Amino acid sequence: MFDRIRSDFWYELLNSPVTIVSAIIIVLMIIGCTFAPIFAPHTPFDPATISIMDNNMPPAWVDGADHRFLLGTDLQGRDVLSAMLYGGRISLLVGIGAVALSVVIGMAVGLLAGYFGGMTDAVLMRIAEIQFAFPPILIALLFNGILKASLPADVFAQAAVPIMILAIGLAGWVQFARIVRASTLVQRNQDYVTACRAIGLPTLTIIARHITPNILGPVLVLAMLQIAVAIVTEATLSFLGLGTPLTEPSLGALIQIGSQYLFSGIWWVVIFPGIMLLLMVVAFNLVADWVRDYLNPRLR
Amino acid sequence: MIDILCETKDLKITFPHRLGDFTAVHSLDLQVRRGEIVGLIGESGAGKSTVGNAIMGLLSHPGQVSGGRIELGGENLVDLSDAAMARLRGRRIGMIFQDPMTSLNPLMTVGGQLTESIALLQDVGVAQARQMAIERLDGVGIPDPARRMDQYPHEFSGGMRQRVVIALAMAGDPDLLIADEPTTALDVSVQKQVLDLIKSICVERSLGVILVTHDMGVIAETADRVYVMRHGALVETGPTAQVIQTPSQRYTKELIAAIPSIERREERFRNPAKKTGEIDQWLLQGHKDEGSGDYVTASALTKDFATKKKSFWGKAGTFRAVDIPGLNIKRGEVLGLVGESGSGKSTLGRMMTGLIPPSSGEVTYGDHGPLTDVRSRTARKALRRDVQVVFQDPYSSLNSRMRVDQILAEPIRFHGLADHHDIPRLVGALLERVGLAAEAGRKFPHQFSGGQRQRICIARALSVRPRFLLCDEPTSALDVSIQADMLALLMELRRSLGLTMLFVSHDLAVVRQMSDRVAVMKQGEIVECREAEALYDAPENSYTRMLLDTAPRATRH
Amino acid sequence: MYFLLARLFQATVVMLCVALVGFLVFQFVGDPVLSLVGQETTVEDREALRESLGLNDPILVQYARYVMNAVQGDFGISYSFNRDVSEMIADRLPATVELVLLSGVFSLLLAIPAGIYTGIRRKGGIAQTIMTISIIGVSIPSFLLGILLILVFSVWLNWLPSFGRGDLATVFGLRSSLFTWNGLSHALMPAAVLCLFQLGVILRLIRAEMLEVLRTDYIRFAWARGLPGKRVYFGHALKNTLVPVVTAVGLQLSSLFAFSIITELVFQWPGMGSLLLHAIGQSDIPLLAAYLIFVGLVFTISNLIVDGVYVLIDPRIRHGAL
Repeated sequence: MFDRIRSDFWYELLNSPVTIVSAIIIVLMIIGCTFAPIFAPHTPFDPATISIMDNNMPPAWVDGADHRFLLGTDLQGRDVLSAMLYGGRISLLVGIGAVALSVVIGMAVGLLAGYFGGMTDAVLMRIAEIQFAFPPILIALLFNGILKASLPADVFAQAAVPIMILAIGLAGWVQFARIVRASTLVQRNQDYVTACRAIGLPTLTIIARHITPNILGPVLVLAMLQIAVAIVTEATLSFLGLGTPLTEPSLGALIQIGSQYLFSGIWWVVIFPGIMLLLMVVAFNLVADWVRDYLNPRLR
Repeated sequence: MIDILCETKDLKITFPHRLGDFTAVHSLDLQVRRGEIVGLIGESGAGKSTVGNAIMGLLSHPGQVSGGRIELGGENLVDLSDAAMARLRGRRIGMIFQDPMTSLNPLMTVGGQLTESIALLQDVGVAQARQMAIERLDGVGIPDPARRMDQYPHEFSGGMRQRVVIALAMAGDPDLLIADEPTTALDVSVQKQVLDLIKSICVERSLGVILVTHDMGVIAETADRVYVMRHGALVETGPTAQVIQTPSQRYTKELIAAIPSIERREERFRNPAKKTGEIDQWLLQGHKDEGSGDYVTASALTKDFATKKKSFWGKAGTFRAVDIPGLNIKRGEVLGLVGESGSGKSTLGRMMTGLIPPSSGEVTYGDHGPLTDVRSRTARKALRRDVQVVFQDPYSSLNSRMRVDQILAEPIRFHGLADHHDIPRLVGALLERVGLAAEAGRKFPHQFSGGQRQRICIARALSVRPRFLLCDEPTSALDVSIQADMLALLMELRRSLGLTMLFVSHDLAVVRQMSDRVAVMKQGEIVECREAEALYDAPENSYTRMLLDTAPRATRH
Repeated sequence: MYFLLARLFQATVVMLCVALVGFLVFQFVGDPVLSLVGQETTVEDREALRESLGLNDPILVQYARYVMNAVQGDFGISYSFNRDVSEMIADRLPATVELVLLSGVFSLLLAIPAGIYTGIRRKGGIAQTIMTISIIGVSIPSFLLGILLILVFSVWLNWLPSFGRGDLATVFGLRSSLFTWNGLSHALMPAAVLCLFQLGVILRLIRAEMLEVLRTDYIRFAWARGLPGKRVYFGHALKNTLVPVVTAVGLQLSSLFAFSIITELVFQWPGMGSLLLHAIGQSDIPLLAAYLIFVGLVFTISNLIVDGVYVLIDPRIRHGAL
């Protein structure tokens, strides 16, 4: 059916409907959440527009629903769908921002350690090893907890999103450093790098122009996997009450709010944000898996 | 013919692909008799290994036998079920792979693996299998077999491992042995012993052997009959001596003619036709004729590498990879550096070019002084302009993320050797100078074959207008016909541009063709260093003599 | 032997660094004096307390004292509970260990066969199904899974209790809730939540390693020698996949403790995780620091065990060849 497609990339992609669907989900979510103010039917966090009279409305297809609220409302009468879009925006922002931070730190450390070896390598990698002793989620948790203990409450609440990006980003750099170092070690011993040295190119030029492009593949795959992990970590911290403030809830905080009313039969406040969170994470994982297989055809 | 053991008739092997099937082997007829070694020779892509794998029933996915028959003792193997085929492996057909380092399970003792095979294939108890295993190890020439049974593969040298692999392949006393490049990963001295072992087993057990190789020398020394393959098709077959001495097909003739001789220096390499391109003037810019002194000298040069610590409190030991009192290369001279793997020849070459620092001693360039004094940025740049390298592996020596013209333009730009707008024209001219089209610059390295990539590497080395070229096994990864072109190109460039060269190789024949003088290395030391012709014709050192004696020769005169 | 000694030395260094972080947190986040005595004490009293606590000593002396105390199991007094921190950890530890062991054992028992199977039959329908489930397993946040399980099994079906630890019983001197039906019914859902993620991670790793090993020359040679599939897969391939798998399992142990924090919150399980959340909520620094060191210790010990297993598996490490 796709015989005429010569490019391996498009051939492999078109042969993997799961990946296409995942990629579409990611794109739709990014568009929908980025432009949440345009797409959301309500502005859920503006006290002027919400009415307590609309509280606990079930989704539109259940008896007793209000057609204005497609996925129902929560205890305070906020539209669940709109809250999800606004919440997803925070989840994506934190997920991508934290991974960007991890990539920058991890690449710098990994390239230096891998290229120079010796003491640089030993010191940097010992630090990484010690941090590796602690699961990233625990580091982010403790980091957040310690900041919460040392910062005034209002400052902490105001800076919640940057703090979260910082906490998760600092917790995740080790993975990148390890993979970048390993790839750099391989590349450094390739003859093309020796050829660069024979030409006399400065070390930084060799690292930036020659080695870096050759290690981006595994970094890209790991980054996509880590975005999924960062989104989960953010949701978890928010669920634990350490993340975004309740006035500006991310998906995790929405689920936490909803989980308090599970036993009163109000399931939609938990289920819909939960599904969105799960879809987001699974989609990133599936696309990352496909990219890894594509870059490494031996594993197919 | 009653004594035919294994036979393929009109064998066709295909690898289906969505953009059209690839036929790896076209209608091959091949016969093996008992007690005979049949050579299967060809360059890369000839399909020779595929034939061996097909007989074994171990074609890699998605390859399949798409036509013809494979008969073993009259039975068609193509029709057999997977289970029936599995029962033949080890019992009727044995196989040896190229790399003995990776053929053995690293986590299991050698004796354990052999006992496992014998117990299964000979259907005997473990105790008896173990006893037999010791006898078998003894049989393939492993000294002190009872003790070595309990050692792991990493405790064996390459040659010893290949002996173990042979014992394993023979554990079920098969009738047919397929040896896929069995000595390619081994040094010449060990290669001869392993080939002798295969020959003796073949005779003693009247075994049929299919020897798959790219090396005409191995065929000449070992095979009774030979099949020459090219692009999946049979080119020529016949008794080995006949095919080598009086080849009937053009391809076979070319193939044999391309093999460099170890016996004499050939005219085509000694006095290559001088070519010139418009680029030559640019390449020679700034070069003045400095006469005939030493271009580079090394004195009391050593290189130590740290070895693993043996105990927790002990100090890390060192391994002396190179230890030479001195070595010099004259202007315009090609010095050949030969040695087996681990002899330190590559390390010495890289120290001579300033790519790795020596542990002690000094390398001094006539134009730049001692390397330890070359510290300033400008001095370093000037040195790097004069001294360039061509590497062994054409696949790892080009950055696969850069276009070829970018690869060639970068050094010119970095050293400021041409105006910005002149660079594209120069790059094209350089590519043409090494025998490629100027348009090749617009492609990426993976779009070229190994030989073409090596030409790009040479062009890159030339792009800074060097005086001195280190060639580190530049043709070892190439097919023999391409190797001849590459050697000719290097010699022609040397003559046209007056380059000084250090030519490092394990291949004695190649070194003879290329070098004015030759240094032989063994365990980090130079055992003999003399004029090439004198050294080859009358080696003084016993090690040199042994190397020359064991080197396989395609043609004996 | 040298390998293990070197690793032991490294482990000690790692623990000292972890203790340093714990110490720094302990020392510089918040004012310990203020937390102990409150606002109304006089400046002189505070200074006296500061002196008696040794807070005016050089920082290295304080660090050494902190380490010495920690080695003896003394992590100070919890601000919010006013109790000995190590005593509190000892109280809560069994509940968490119960969960971690139960889920760890189950994830290994399921992941190893499933990983091998999907590695060998990677194109089959069952393998594809397992892989799909595993990707959901590694994707779903554990708190969300916990809530969903509660919603289904406690709210809608009313089969299982949604919170707390069940009845305890003593068997062979071990006191655990896993020895009673009531206790097991309480532990089932939290253990399942904790298990699923680990299961996915380990399964996918074993599969990837299996695929890698099955392509090696010695496996091709094993086929060529005529060994049957069972011997090739289980005799040769499996053992060679073990080294990376053992590493990952060792790493997963400390992440089990980390994820138990969330599980314990969702199911209100009275373990160390809920203690930590309490400590964070109350800014109870001694408790935080002690938890940090505890997780470091778990990681270090599991890593040492991993190294020991390496030595058993791989002769090249035994002989110092790697």
